[in-house]
Amino acid sequence: MSAPQTMLDKLWAAHEVLRREDGVSLLWVDRHLVHEGSHHAFAKIKERGLPVAEPELTFAVVDHYAPTRGRAQIADPQIARMIDTLRDNAQAHGLKIYDLSDPRQGIVHVIGPEDGITLPGLLINCGDSHTSTHGAFGALAFGIGATEVAHVLATQTVWQRKPKAMRITVEGTLCAGVTAKDIALSWIAKLGTDGAQGHALEYAGSAIRNLSMEGRMTLCNLSIEGGARFGMIAPDETAFAYLEGRRFAPKRAAWKAACADWSALTSDDGAVFDREVTLDAAEIAPTVTWGTSPEQALPISAAIPDPSQIPPAKAEAARAALDYMGLKPGQTLEGTPVDQAFIGSCTNGRIEDLRAAAAVLKGRKARIPGLISPGSSQVKAQAEAEGLDRVFTDAGLEWVASGCSMCVGMNGDVVGEGKRCASSTNRNFRGRQGRGARTHLMSPAMVAAAAVTGTLTDVRPLLDRRAA
Amino acid sequence: MAGWSIHKGKAVSLPQANVDTDQLIPARFMSVPRAEGYGPYLLHDVRRDDAGALRLDFPLNAYPEANVIISRRNFGSGSSREAAVYALVDAGIRALIAPSFGDIFAANAVNNGLLPARVDEAVCKALEAVLETGPNDIRIDIEARTFTLGSISAVFALDDSWATKLINGWDDIDLTYNHGAAIAAFKNIRSQTAPWAWPAMAE
Repeated sequence: MSAPQTMLDKLWAAHEVLRREDGVSLLWVDRHLVHEGSHHAFAKIKERGLPVAEPELTFAVVDHYAPTRGRAQIADPQIARMIDTLRDNAQAHGLKIYDLSDPRQGIVHVIGPEDGITLPGLLINCGDSHTSTHGAFGALAFGIGATEVAHVLATQTVWQRKPKAMRITVEGTLCAGVTAKDIALSWIAKLGTDGAQGHALEYAGSAIRNLSMEGRMTLCNLSIEGGARFGMIAPDETAFAYLEGRRFAPKRAAWKAACADWSALTSDDGAVFDREVTLDAAEIAPTVTWGTSPEQALPISAAIPDPSQIPPAKAEAARAALDYMGLKPGQTLEGTPVDQAFIGSCTNGRIEDLRAAAAVLKGRKARIPGLISPGSSQVKAQAEAEGLDRVFTDAGLEWVASGCSMCVGMNGDVVGEGKRCASSTNRNFRGRQGRGARTHLMSPAMVAAAAVTGTLTDVRPLLDRRAA
Repeated sequence: MAGWSIHKGKAVSLPQANVDTDQLIPARFMSVPRAEGYGPYLLHDVRRDDAGALRLDFPLNAYPEANVIISRRNFGSGSSREAAVYALVDAGIRALIAPSFGDIFAANAVNNGLLPARVDEAVCKALEAVLETGPNDIRIDIEARTFTLGSISAVFALDDSWATKLINGWDDIDLTYNHGAAIAAFKNIRSQTAPWAWPAMAE
């Protein structure tokens, strides 16, 4: 009988081509996703005259620079050039590309699962830190830099030292109006943005099992904001139900055989983790960031912290963050006026996220301008079939095409200088959403609530007698 | 890429935690081809005032000759953008010394000959104190995992495989091509034991 294994152990062993004497593993890559930002890596292999080793396992996606309006005629020549470069590279190497006009175009971490490119048991790389999203299906998925992207393109392998294993167990039932986003912001606030550095995270417990795939993706997506390059959840019936029938997923007998293999990926009873953290789902409240790091987050009912009252190691950063954010210690978070709203991104741009926002906005008007960019063109079509787009536009919000959009501002969708934005995204870093932009991270329902009141607001009273 | 094991240069203090990659290089500069150089974009927005002028009180503006940065925990957290490393390298930075680094950032740094040296918080505090009045000479020895700055001599932590790579300036692709047979054999076995790992044909 061999020792009990973690899911990480099983996934690692299944992809290890070899291990060097210094302990670093060469891993086989099952799926490689590239986007406009991969231009450095393509330039590297071109410089050396190398082909893409496995074009069939490499998928190109236009997302980071995708215009959300006026796609037919891209006004900014730099943006047009970035997209053209990806097209040229995809064509030169024979890669499938999800281009702007493709009805399946969208953010790489949304369309991977949507099209069945993402499956349990796969090793998935992408030159994007939010690649941890795909771990929600029980894949070993992690973000890499441009040099590593070039290496994967050229060899279909990646060198990695196996990370330590960490498990976050969330038991119990989430309260109404509390989402996977709030679980993530809560644990990151508790452990810090480097709390899981050097570790692969597995999320477990009854509250995790009860999450939809959309919620699980949000949670795994945000692993990197707590320092973990990998986030994962054991594949189960919820994952299988999501994937069955997707375009690139196995079919019929092959599907059944695959599900049997995938069911064995779960961490064994008694498997030892280097670090274990347990949270009580019932204690998690709708959470909002107040600073310039995702760890600077608090329940919406809390007061903005006084730097003189927090541990000295974090006080200086808090002081600088409050200065940048234009906030005063002691003020309540709730009631802080916001200038604009954004719903979208690989973190919270899926259909369930849009439904949650629409449940709050239905029949109400937004007091501030806002942008809603669905995570993919398929999410957009689904939302329109359900009439969600009308709910948003009737509320006065702008409904646009899919892409990374205002999460990172590369396509020109930016928050104005000094403006405060309620955002369903992943990073409240200085200048992330535009120079001088002030970002408050929260769930899509909380963004909707902020849009309705024009201030940071607890969504729960707005959900009374409404289905969330 | 040329390897290195000893660096003698000037260190400067950037006393801030969580210097994320969005600060190291704002996203709007990332469409520039590398050949044009990323140095001018390093910490572009944080080193300027509201009017866009360089702040004289910002360490890298006051001491542009610095080539080693001492900073605080979680340096390089956030996005996987290797452009953050390009900006540092193109601005002449050879080494970073901090209590911890973002995992992806540290790997990117090593891939570009930039040393991410980990030291205890207490050592960092002491270095900051020495550098409070301005930059200072520093000597770094990767082989020995030590550095000397003023009266402080200390050790740093670095993954052994990363040290080897920095010293030799190795390129992973060449190394990996040497394992071509092992990779081909692995692929063959995986295609039989996990046929679902290849994308299904559309029906």
